[in-house]
Amino acid sequence: MATEQVAVPAGAAAQPKRLSLLRVLGPMHVWALGVGIVLVGEFMGWNFTVAKGGVFGALVACWFSGILYSCVAMIDSEVSSTVASAGGQYAQAKHILGPLAAFNIALFIIFEYCMLAAGDSLVIGAIVNSLDPALSPVAFVVLTISFLAWLNYRGVHTTLTFNFIITALAFITILVLIVGAEFWNPGNITQTQALFAQPPGSADPKMPYGWLGILAALQFGIWYYLGIEGTCQTAEECRSAPRALPVGTMSGLITLLVAATLTWYICTSLVNWITLGESLYPLYDAAVNTGKDYLKVTLWIGTVLSCLASANGCINDASRAWFAMGRDQFIPRWFGGVHPRYKTPYRAILFLVPIMIAFGYTGLLDQVITFSIISGCLIYLIMPLNMIRFRRLYPMDSIRRGYVSPFHPLPSYVLFVFVLLTFLAMYFGYWRNLVAALVFYGLCSVWFVLHRFKYVDRAKLYTMPWPRPKGY
Amino acid sequence: MVWINYGAWALSILLLGWTVVDAFRIETTYDHDLLVSSVEGEIEKEILDHAHPTTPAEGGS
Repeated sequence: MATEQVAVPAGAAAQPKRLSLLRVLGPMHVWALGVGIVLVGEFMGWNFTVAKGGVFGALVACWFSGILYSCVAMIDSEVSSTVASAGGQYAQAKHILGPLAAFNIALFIIFEYCMLAAGDSLVIGAIVNSLDPALSPVAFVVLTISFLAWLNYRGVHTTLTFNFIITALAFITILVLIVGAEFWNPGNITQTQALFAQPPGSADPKMPYGWLGILAALQFGIWYYLGIEGTCQTAEECRSAPRALPVGTMSGLITLLVAATLTWYICTSLVNWITLGESLYPLYDAAVNTGKDYLKVTLWIGTVLSCLASANGCINDASRAWFAMGRDQFIPRWFGGVHPRYKTPYRAILFLVPIMIAFGYTGLLDQVITFSIISGCLIYLIMPLNMIRFRRLYPMDSIRRGYVSPFHPLPSYVLFVFVLLTFLAMYFGYWRNLVAALVFYGLCSVWFVLHRFKYVDRAKLYTMPWPRPKGY
Repeated sequence: MVWINYGAWALSILLLGWTVVDAFRIETTYDHDLLVSSVEGEIEKEILDHAHPTTPAEGGS
């Protein structure tokens, strides 16, 4: 291969023959990426489960989604600790299901994270604007994306260390609220008993619409955890992917299960269920109801930090998926470029910036987020198929695994059924968005099969030094 | 408060401008083939090389 360089300052002997992403990440960074993307869902969005299912329905949705994402984390940990490659689920699907499935998964990942980053920046713009109407939300949407893109461009270690700090701070703000609300002294500040009681002549806050309400709540329950699957995008940048990915992903999931339950408890104990079901910033509203100014400030900061961490992780993940597609020529090879100094997928990062800003510029937060959620759920729909086929093609001991998912194939079946239920709930509320997304991805698939795939160099598509799969 | 908006726009232009200029500098300094030379599977090759030091790694550098 050609390695000639023009006007390189250092000596030719010191130049690498091949560039690769920098392998500097540990479990802490993987945790920061996963929890960072997701934690914003604790600060907003999950509370719509309360409007649909009541306070108990919201808790059922929280744990139902917790089971769904435990399956996601187990499957992801096994497959991505084996297929340690940028692109995560994209690379997994390429080796296990084939190019068309991989192309679709990459699109799901890119749209899930681009839209989520745009949504996060929109919220930051709205929060800043709420301080003073003279402050332009658009200026802060653009600033958020620009700053985080710059950070991602400069290096993955700094990016995810920064994410670790702001994610940990955001998580601590939830704990500060719980302690500040004196959870050990119910009835003083928290009003669980009074808020859960059914007022005469009104609906029961616990389950106002019965089991149908709980089904409707499922589509918003995934807000608690949406995006944790993004941890495996860092697979190629981990010092030891077989260790860092399972440890980072599982510890991240445990953090989120705790955070989700604590968030549900403190919000439902401080805010009336009807108000909570319509709130834009439920944790902040809970802090307001404590009557303590320091908690209001703390939760305001927590909300901003969680949005920032989420957008940061999303830029990281979307760019890795785009980079991986470029490297395999599913899109022009040019996008598979690595920065020679920072060892980041700099072309992919730069290319996605205007797209994220454009989505943020629309101001259509609900549409942007809905498309992101649908794209995420489509990934979860394919993951069980991926896992079952992975075990068939590469049985135990045929290939080195960093982590072995327990109870296989149960998590795959549970995930598949739970995602179908979530889609059913989504169909009732957002069937137009769902159909539009499916049509869009269908058209993209047609383009890939009829046009793009002929440019793919199939000999270079599979470079993993693996044994032949069983049956081939 | 309007000056804060101008400050946000100016900082955005500065950050994006820096990245675009740096990317342009990289494009004009380094060979295209080197920049897109990354391949999948290097980690696995390394693991195999450690496990079987005498086995030549496919396409390894």
